[in-house]
Amino acid sequence: MTVKGQSWGRYPRADQRLIALTDRHAPLPSFEGSALPHGNGRSYGDSCLNHDGTLLHTRGLDRLIAFDPATGVLRCEAGVLLADILDFAVAQGWFLPVTPGTKFVTVGGAIANDVHGKNHHVAGCFSEWVNGFELLRSDGSRRWCSPSENADWFAATAGGLGLTGVITWAELRLRRVRGAWMNVETHRFSRLREFLQLSAASESDYEYTVAWIDCAARGDRLGRGHFIRANHAPAGDGPARPRRRLAVPVTPPVSLINSLSLRAFNTLYYHRQRGRVAHALTHYEPYFYPLDSIGDWNRIYGRRGFLQYQCVVPPEDAEHTLTDLIEQIADSGTGSFLAVLKMFGQRRSAGILSFPRPGATLALDFPNDGHATFELLERLDDVVAAAGGAVYPAKDARMRADRFRAYFPAWETLRPYLDPRFSSGFWRRVTE
Amino acid sequence: MRRILIIGATSAIAEATARQFAARGDALFLVGRDASRLKAIADDLGVRGAVRTATASLEVTDFAAHAAVLEQADRDLGGLDTVLIAHGTLSNQRECEESVETLRREFDINALSVMALLTPLANRFAAQGHGTIAVISSVAGDRGRMSNYAYGAAKAAVSAFLSGLRQRLQKSGVNVLTIKPGFVDTPMTRDFPKGALWAKPEDVAKGIVNAIDKGRSVAYLPWFWSLIMLVIKHVPEFLFKRVKL
Ligand SMILES: Cc1cc2nc3c(=O)[nH]c(=O)nc-3n(C[C@H](O)[C@H](O)[C@H](O)COP(=O)(O)OP(=O)(O)OC[C@H]3O[C@@H](n4cnc5c(N)ncnc54)[C@H](O)[C@@H]3O)c2cc1C
Repeated sequence: MTVKGQSWGRYPRADQRLIALTDRHAPLPSFEGSALPHGNGRSYGDSCLNHDGTLLHTRGLDRLIAFDPATGVLRCEAGVLLADILDFAVAQGWFLPVTPGTKFVTVGGAIANDVHGKNHHVAGCFSEWVNGFELLRSDGSRRWCSPSENADWFAATAGGLGLTGVITWAELRLRRVRGAWMNVETHRFSRLREFLQLSAASESDYEYTVAWIDCAARGDRLGRGHFIRANHAPAGDGPARPRRRLAVPVTPPVSLINSLSLRAFNTLYYHRQRGRVAHALTHYEPYFYPLDSIGDWNRIYGRRGFLQYQCVVPPEDAEHTLTDLIEQIADSGTGSFLAVLKMFGQRRSAGILSFPRPGATLALDFPNDGHATFELLERLDDVVAAAGGAVYPAKDARMRADRFRAYFPAWETLRPYLDPRFSSGFWRRVTE
Repeated sequence: MRRILIIGATSAIAEATARQFAARGDALFLVGRDASRLKAIADDLGVRGAVRTATASLEVTDFAAHAAVLEQADRDLGGLDTVLIAHGTLSNQRECEESVETLRREFDINALSVMALLTPLANRFAAQGHGTIAVISSVAGDRGRMSNYAYGAAKAAVSAFLSGLRQRLQKSGVNVLTIKPGFVDTPMTRDFPKGALWAKPEDVAKGIVNAIDKGRSVAYLPWFWSLIMLVIKHVPEFLFKRVKL
């Protein structure tokens, strides 16, 4: 069966055959051409798509294997969603040590992109908490990969974009929490320098730090936003957990995000908080996964979809580089409701192609307006490349091959570990 | 805590339903063909909260083996409150038209084996005077259609058998539930665009647990299939034979 598939950004589209994996003990099914593992499709661009090839759907590998409530060590199949883990673990006092901004990603997808969360400065990337995983290759071989056993395969596969084989199951270490609640503190700041100061001042006492910035503001308002720092709350109850789930029912023919709605929203958002500092006790769900409560929110960008752009720039000139980037974005009149800004810490990532590295990371969405959007992103790439930064493959649909190679100079080290029968749209674009 | 026997436990709907039971802390006995897949599912249900899980392999067309497996389940769980029969194959209509052998095999799996299992189970439940017998039939049994009447006829047999059994067991306090799912989305196509009629196994599973809890007789899942089938059942034959369905 050939099916048109999309990633979370709904751009690009790809025709591919789907094969469902449902039994971790079974050999890989036979396929023609190239194949690519596919988790829950929460990557934005073409790194989880394989035009004219096969996608090996892993969501059918969604069984928990064993959990030790005394140590927090969990074994589970690779298609298990982070949401499934939280569903049973939080009640027993355990939490994900690292989580991205949506809980609808699979364990396999989280390893293959070596995802990060708001606690990178203390917890590093997802793979730091992976004791090991089984890697199944197209030649039928199975390998247990851990930081000590087949360590080279571990480093190639964590952040390896699904190109080294299929992860069938993994063993993870969860972390203790007292309950489901977070102590959250929000500081309004009016310029980038303040963000950097708040980040530095919060690093040692706050596990989670992130900022939302108004990417439409220019001039002396440039770089204003809210800095949010949080810790898990010591036990106890909080207000009732929010339960309402909204959904975007249809895809509008054109994007609902335009320069007008954007400026209005950003200004409102910035001013929603009266005082400079606000405290709240918040359930972990709206705190970590604000967008998950709006189903299919990616549809508001209309039929042409959108492009996400996430980059990291070195800490030395972060203020300068970010100013450049935000100026370009504000001048273009496009961009997302809110841009996310965070300082990555010093922790070295385990994967050869892991994206996080010390510095400031900025992420935002752009409605796909064709040429103008691609040109803008190209200009942003100029700034990032000149500063010695990098762009995140999990969120990319268009970076040039020479850029990728500059951002990830170690990419060729991956070559010997690539499964010869695996490929992706992204990989062909940046290596051929 | 319920003591639940599931036959056809590796099917997507059965597995999703078992997870709902496990999260409530029920005890589960899982029957299926493939021992290693049953083990993987049992482990999963254990982590999700089932107080007890056990498994047994069975080829449902091996009629002689039925009794021993039912006995084992009863002994292992210390009695049965609920049984869910979920096994089946989606027959290839074309092959059933060409081969009587295939047609008979499909009937053995989808109809006869179900009735054979229900016979001793019904007697057991009648004797104990309580419990729920839930069976996954299909909307395909409501009216034969050219695209799958071999499968549909087997499901029709099951549905008719169940409605008779329901009448018979009514006075012994045993509920018989006929489950009629419409199109169900498998893991393979979960993320890809398809019509609004497709339901996820988890949603169907919620509907099954709900229908068991409420003691219902027939459950179309999702509910709108009851309307669709109401219409399809009432199209006069002279018209029906002209449409391609
Ligand atoms: C709202 C939102 C917020 C996000 N926030 C963050 C964030 O804060 N930090 C961050 O790092 N990312 C973030 N992301 C991106 C997301 O975490 C990653 O793209 C993640 O990898 C998606 O996982 P998935 O299961 O959907 O996999 P897919 O997107 O389907 O696949 C991702 C990659 O993993 C590979 N893969 C999947 N399963 C396997 C397997 N079993 N074996 C081998 N390879 C496999 C695929 O080939 C592909 O290369 C966010 C995404 C969204 C939509």
